[in-house]
Amino acid sequence: MKLIEKANQKALSRMLSADPVLIDVIPASEAIPDLKSHMILHAGPPIAWENMCGPMQGAIAGIAKFEGWSNSLEDAFEKAAAGAFDFHPNHHFDAVGPMTGMTTISQPLMVVENRKFGNKAYCALNEGLGKVMRFGGNDDSVLERLSWLRDDFGPAFGKALRSGDGIPLKHLVARGLTMGDEMHQRNVACSGLILRELAPALARTSSDNEELAKILAFIGGNDQFFLNVGMAMGKAIMDPVRGIEGSSVVTAMCRNGTEFGIRVSGTGDQWFTAPVEMPEGLYFPGYTEADANPDMGDSTIVETIGLGGFAMGASPAVAGFVGAGAASDAGNFTRTMSEITTGENPEWTIPAMDYLGVPTGIDIRMVLDTGLAPTINTGIAHKEPGVGQVGAGVVRAPMKCFEQALIAFAESVGVK
Amino acid sequence: MENDKTADLISKPLNVINIGLEGFATELKQQGVSVTHVDWSPPAGGDPKIADLLSKLGT
Repeated sequence: MKLIEKANQKALSRMLSADPVLIDVIPASEAIPDLKSHMILHAGPPIAWENMCGPMQGAIAGIAKFEGWSNSLEDAFEKAAAGAFDFHPNHHFDAVGPMTGMTTISQPLMVVENRKFGNKAYCALNEGLGKVMRFGGNDDSVLERLSWLRDDFGPAFGKALRSGDGIPLKHLVARGLTMGDEMHQRNVACSGLILRELAPALARTSSDNEELAKILAFIGGNDQFFLNVGMAMGKAIMDPVRGIEGSSVVTAMCRNGTEFGIRVSGTGDQWFTAPVEMPEGLYFPGYTEADANPDMGDSTIVETIGLGGFAMGASPAVAGFVGAGAASDAGNFTRTMSEITTGENPEWTIPAMDYLGVPTGIDIRMVLDTGLAPTINTGIAHKEPGVGQVGAGVVRAPMKCFEQALIAFAESVGVK
Repeated sequence: MENDKTADLISKPLNVINIGLEGFATELKQQGVSVTHVDWSPPAGGDPKIADLLSKLGT
């Protein structure tokens, strides 16, 4: 149908012309005025407390204690079950969050502005590896780190960004792809590149050398620091693609640990959900598949813009890390994803694949026609609250989401 | 005529293209037959309602 082809070209054009710039770090209450006390934003589509998985409930107990809404984790669990907190998806507030995706009023959020369209998107800071809240960690060490991010790191990061004109992200990601990142499970290059951009501004705006050293070491010691930047970038790129009449391009994919959800441009902000699948991957020593929680997080926004599993060919190293096969197979994932996308991104190319542009603009029709579900690179959380990450792997988006979406999309364009 | 061609076909070493179910390709490979497997499945996994919509919506 011509209407659909035209609408999808418009969607692709909006994605490719986006100009995402990291401009600030501010408290969530300032970034999202509608976010109030006792409101907790989470990853994935909407979900009630009783349907949440272990790590999601664990993170909610932790963040409630962190915000001072509960005096203990046990108290927080009881209050959550009694309805003391309001739960909403990050996506409903221009935000995204990795894994459990906790966003509450006092947390510092990175602000990415899409200067082409004027919209902004938000994501909390990456806490580092090991036992962290995004994987359901909630003990004192987790909450102390969050306090430092809120009281010291976040304000310093924001001050440094405000001292300049922000950090343009498109070019940075392009360089990262040439250096072996796919921006989901491998962010080593982009984390280093952003540190290079930030360090002079941090030094100029800091009056405490010890604190400055701690901040630089935190970024330098976290290979996944850029993930959350890339997620906010992804949200900022995709939001202007929402609501294009007749477009069958996916504008969001996310998971809450129980359900996988997608949104499609032509059907607006309606969610299409299906039970989430279990990642297949490699486990850290001492853990097995029996410990794993099903797929979780808003981080699939990076696949939605053509990175992560879609850019696997740029990152043979990650293919091994997530257990996706031989390094020489990495390109096959990218080629396969090219069969379900509207076009390629000429600015984000993969040198090892003769500068092929990353597959961009997932078309629900192509997903169903080919039977090829989007490939997602992901971290794996322990299924019990409070443990943390136990591995990394690859997971497919459930076809049921796309089937439901196609039926609703067909109705939206008058096809029965 | 057709029978002659068929007889001719199976009297020479086979080069097989298998489309769809991989099990056929695996069986032939185990018998030393040269096989190229094409990973294919019907649109929409064979769901007639979705396939009908896809045909109307185009790709």
